[in-house]
This record gives sequence, structure tokens and C-alpha cells, in this order.
Amino acid sequence: MNNGFISGIFAVFIGLWSATLLSDTEGVFDQYRDLLGDDNPAIFVIFDGEEIWYTPAGPKSVSLEQCDLGLGPGVVEGAYAQLPRYFADVDRVQDVEARLEYCMTQLQGLTPDEVHEKPYSLRGDLGTELEALVAWIADQSSGLAIAPGQAHAKERATYALGENLFYYRAGPHDFSCATCHEQTGRRIRLQALPNLTTHQGAAEAYSSWPAYRISQGIVRTMGWRMRDCMRQQRMPELMMGSQASVALQTYLAVNGAGASMTAPGLKR
Amino acid sequence: MQLLAFIIFSSSLCADEPYDALLDSMTDKNFVTVERLKQDELQEFCSQPRTASVDEARAAELRAAALSDVPIPSGENYLGDWQLGEKVASNGRGLQYSDDPEQENGGNCYACHQLDPSEVAYGNLGPSLSGYGARGQSIVMLQYTWTKLWNTHAYNICSHMPRFGAAGILTEQQLRDVMAFLFDPNSPVNRSQP
Amino acid sequence: MASRMRIRAQLKDDYCEVKALMRHPMETGMRKDQSGAAIPANFIEDVQVLHNDAVVVQAYWGAAVSANPFLGVRFRGGAQGDVVKVVWRDNHGDSGSGETTIR
Repeated sequence: MNNGFISGIFAVFIGLWSATLLSDTEGVFDQYRDLLGDDNPAIFVIFDGEEIWYTPAGPKSVSLEQCDLGLGPGVVEGAYAQLPRYFADVDRVQDVEARLEYCMTQLQGLTPDEVHEKPYSLRGDLGTELEALVAWIADQSSGLAIAPGQAHAKERATYALGENLFYYRAGPHDFSCATCHEQTGRRIRLQALPNLTTHQGAAEAYSSWPAYRISQGIVRTMGWRMRDCMRQQRMPELMMGSQASVALQTYLAVNGAGASMTAPGLKR
Repeated sequence: MQLLAFIIFSSSLCADEPYDALLDSMTDKNFVTVERLKQDELQEFCSQPRTASVDEARAAELRAAALSDVPIPSGENYLGDWQLGEKVASNGRGLQYSDDPEQENGGNCYACHQLDPSEVAYGNLGPSLSGYGARGQSIVMLQYTWTKLWNTHAYNICSHMPRFGAAGILTEQQLRDVMAFLFDPNSPVNRSQP
Repeated sequence: MASRMRIRAQLKDDYCEVKALMRHPMETGMRKDQSGAAIPANFIEDVQVLHNDAVVVQAYWGAAVSANPFLGVRFRGGAQGDVVKVVWRDNHGDSGSGETTIR
């Protein structure tokens, strides 16, 4: 036995929350973030994503190395911060997920059905390839300013569509995104709600997704976040990379433009 | 050739309409279908920023229509069991494609409102309802509250509160129970602060 | 094989602070997946922190520790350049480890 002396185990993070009176659940998650410092379990997922990018896959047995995310084939650094943007080869505005779908079908020979089969983890899953890829690609834009394209007419039309969709009330509960995200200082139960119509709220939201979701132990993308909001709004399922998904993300990205990307974030 | 160009041009414009874009972007999931994307008159009217100016005449029409459709509960019995009402208020499930359609829907009142003052996990999208029973149980107050729950637009057009009765989210019995949760002097909503 | 642990050891005042982030699903065995099937238990049971090959911390974990656990410990007696290692073993008998030198 050496002379080492344990002055105390200062933090073993346990999954059992004590029932404390908190004005905002973020309190315990802030404590967790403080303990971790600049660590984030997303780092493991980022390593996975990078590996997946360089691994040949699909019927054509080709990697994603030649995938053009907007800055040229294979250029990943800085690409996420400039999405969504117009791509001439498909004549539409795409987010990172729509673009990855394009590369997986064109370069690797996967069918759209195969790409859409299970883009996001289900309960019990330990992460999907898409989630890992998006985690790595977003990390490659960490610290850079959010700068979605708005020079092209279709990019501007996509923003306008996103804004209309934001206020679109439908379903049995008459919910729109605005129901929860149009005001400042609001929360549902104890979950704070950013005001996505303002620069600050949109920047806070857009810069921190994709994020490691502590309660799920996996990384979730912005596309998943949109899908899951829609589910809670009592809407049907929002498809990855779809026009509505891209438009809503464009609305957020443009509103938050200029702020620095911090993804992958660390969230409850 | 020009007609074809016009058709293509106008269809690309239509594709930017929110409803068309959503139809193109969503799929049916379990019991939740894209039918839900179709808006009724009220939803269409209310799909704008809360700061936007409102056509007052149209608003008055929609308010009147909402009010006229509110049924009186059977037997004019407005109050049920507050303990069941508390469960409805705490239950956030119902009508999502991840929910079991066989289970009853909840009202999820705590998502937006403070109710029992000793319950700290409440939202603030709506006003606090703690101590609601202090308003008394006059027929006017009972009917006002019943109407708010059934279809809030009767009084507050374009409110973000769901139409719990009119949209069939909660049953008449569940609404009575929620009424009791709000009004009954024994309900935790009306007990004083701890 | 991608790394399953991030580990750092730093001298602070009169103690050494070790931070280790481990990749592990820490499945309790109580969850059901989308199809309703039970997800088998899979969690770390045993963790050791070693300083120059001597055990300075012995921890017994269970299902209550959340996924991708983070461990922070402090001990006295470490010097710059010493080797600190964290080793875990789970209920399936799998193990993982990470190693670093004290800075």
C-alpha cells in the first residue's frame, strides 16, 4: 500500500436524482456540466462519426470522403456552420441530413428507403450512424459563426417557409412551434423554452445541437429535435432532410446567425 | 410551352405553402395521420405571431362560433371528483403517435399552469391557477370556467390553450373532474401555501 | 478500436485530481425497447484507480450509475510524471481501462 491518501471522492455521478426543490431542472445538469469541465460523452460518438465517414459502405463500397457538404468534396471543417444552403446539383436547399442522404445514395448506392429506415435511435439503441456522422461534422464547425446561405432566392424562400411553418397551428391541440417558442422566459413544467423568434434564443438553440442527451446517453441531432417536437405537438412523423425540416432549421439558423457554434452540446 | 412553364412555376409556388410542404415532409405514424395537418378556420386564422394585428370582425365571428358550440354538461352537473381531476392535470400523454390510443388522454395542465402550490414542477405558459376556488361556485363562474376548458377561444381568441372539449381531447367526465380539481375547497389547488 | 475512456490527472495544491470519462451503456436491465422486449442488464460493477500500479480507489458500482459514467477522484502522494490508470469491469466480465501521466 503506498502513501496515497484519498481526500475524498468528490464526484461520482449517479443516475438517481434526489427530489430537490429546484426552480429549474437545469440546476442539476449545470452541476454535471461543471464537474465534467470541458469533457462531454459526445466525444466517443464524434470518434465513431469520423471513422464512419472514412469507411467504405453500401453496394458501391465507397466511403463518404468525396461528399460535398457545401465547401467542396471532402471538406468537412466549417461546413456545418454554413448549412442549410442551396445545392445546385439537387436544385434545393439542404441541411446536413438531407445532404448526407444525397451522398449515401449517390456515392454509396444506398436507396432512399434504406437511408430513411432508421436515421435516429429508438429506445434502447446506443446511437445510429447518422447521429455519429452529424456529431463529428458539427464538431468540425465548433467555434465558427453560424452562417447559413441566404444569397440564393431558394435559400430566402426556405427561410420564409420556415417562418410560416413556425406559426402553423394544427392537430387536435392546435399547437405550432410558436405555442412554446414565441415568448421569452417561459417553460413547460421545468424545461426552459428558448424564444426562437429572437436572435438570442435561436442562437442558443441552433448552436448547441447536435447534443449529447444525458437522459438518453446518446447524441441527438437538430433533425431529431424537430421530429420529436412535432410528435409532442400531436403531428405525424417528420421525415429527415425533408422540406419542412430544412425550412424550420433554416429559420433558426438565420435568426441565430453570427453566434458561435458550440455543438455537440450537453443537454438533459 | 409557356403554359407548361406557368404550371411548373405556379406549382413550385404552391409547394412553398406550409400545408403542401408539410404533406411532402411528413408520414403517417401509428394512429396519427397527415389528416391532422389540415387546418380548420380557427387554426388558419390563428397561425400568426401573437404581436400581429388581428381582423377584429373575423375574431368576433370566431369567438361567437366557439361560444355557441359549448355544451352544458349533462344534468347541469359541473363538478366531478378532484382526485381524478388531479390525475388528468398531471397526465401529459394522449394523441401522440408514441401514446397508446387505448389509454385515456391527459390534460397536461401542469405543463403550462401552476395548480397545487406544493407542486413545484409547473410551467408558466399560462397564468397560475393556485387558489382558483376562491372565486366561488356561482353558476356564472362555473360556466365561465367550463367554457374556458371546453373552448378557450370563446373568450380568448387565438389563445395557445388547447380546446379540451371541442377537440375531443378530454371527455365530459374528465372535464368535470378537472373542474372539481379547480373549485373544490378540499382540492390541493385551494389549500394554502405550505 | 476506438478509445473507451478519456482520462486526465492533474496536480492541484497538495493533491492529484483524476477525471475519467468512460464509455459504457450502464443498462439497468429494467428498460424495455421499442418492441417491448427487456434490454439486458449491462453495467460496470468494479472500478479501480491505480497510482503507479497501487490501488488508491476501489469502487463498486451498479445499475444506479448512469450511462457513460464520469468519475472524479482526488488522492495525495502523486508526483508529476507518475502513471495513473483507471480500470473497470462489468457484469458480463468485459473490462476497459485508460492510462495517463500526472501533469
